[in-house]
Amino acid sequence: MSDFETSALEITIPSDTSEARRVQDVLEHGLQNLKAPDKDVFCIRLALEEALVNAIKHGNQMEITKKVIIKYTLDADVFEIMISDEGPGFDPNDVPDPTDIENLERPCGRGLMLMRHYMTEVNYNSVGNSVRMKKVFKKA
Amino acid sequence: MSAEPRKRRLEVEEIGDVTVVNFVDRKILDEQNIQIIGEQLFELVDSEGKKKILLDFKNVDYLSSAALGKLITLNKKANTSGGKLVLCNIRPEIKEVFEITKLDKFFKIKEDEQVGLQAFA
Repeated sequence: MSDFETSALEITIPSDTSEARRVQDVLEHGLQNLKAPDKDVFCIRLALEEALVNAIKHGNQMEITKKVIIKYTLDADVFEIMISDEGPGFDPNDVPDPTDIENLERPCGRGLMLMRHYMTEVNYNSVGNSVRMKKVFKKA
Repeated sequence: MSAEPRKRRLEVEEIGDVTVVNFVDRKILDEQNIQIIGEQLFELVDSEGKKKILLDFKNVDYLSSAALGKLITLNKKANTSGGKLVLCNIRPEIKEVFEITKLDKFFKIKEDEQVGLQAFA
């Protein structure tokens, strides 16, 4: 088992976006207590929203009985999180590039792009139903 | 569920023939809220027949991809009805979200309300 998995805190929530918001508030509060830079808190908050909505909406299809498992570690210079759903998974390489001219007017498909931009690392498991993200804080 | 179905999420003001819209929420992230905000924005075009809409983002600290989706749909609705949508007062962090997704080229984005209003002249 990796260091992350042994030391991570775990929260399990039903597929309910108001529960996801509660988790975001808890994590944001934790980051602020650690005096993480505001810009990094902004990045994490956005990436978390996208990842949690993906898990609840696309992964678990909003089925309230299906769980989303969140494991995270909070340190002074790095934040790491793994978000897993009970869905069949997806291949992140199959997501069309939302910045292509033919996709620009599509109202969806930008979440993954924002996650990749705002976090230092974003990796999916082979099934595609668990995403692990890391943010290394910028030194002041 | 903790949805607040008909709470106004927008402050709407008419300046000349332009409908200026401010957001009540600082964080346009939550799926339920975005759904309601989307409906209230679409009503401006679909039910109230507004043609010139200026969205003022001065209150907005966060914006998710789902919110971008609603703005894209609103822009299409406005264009289809012969109207025009302009965005203004977008803080740098939020502007970055538009730039990453290249939507800064898709939307008409102006610096502030004054310049935004002039875009309809």
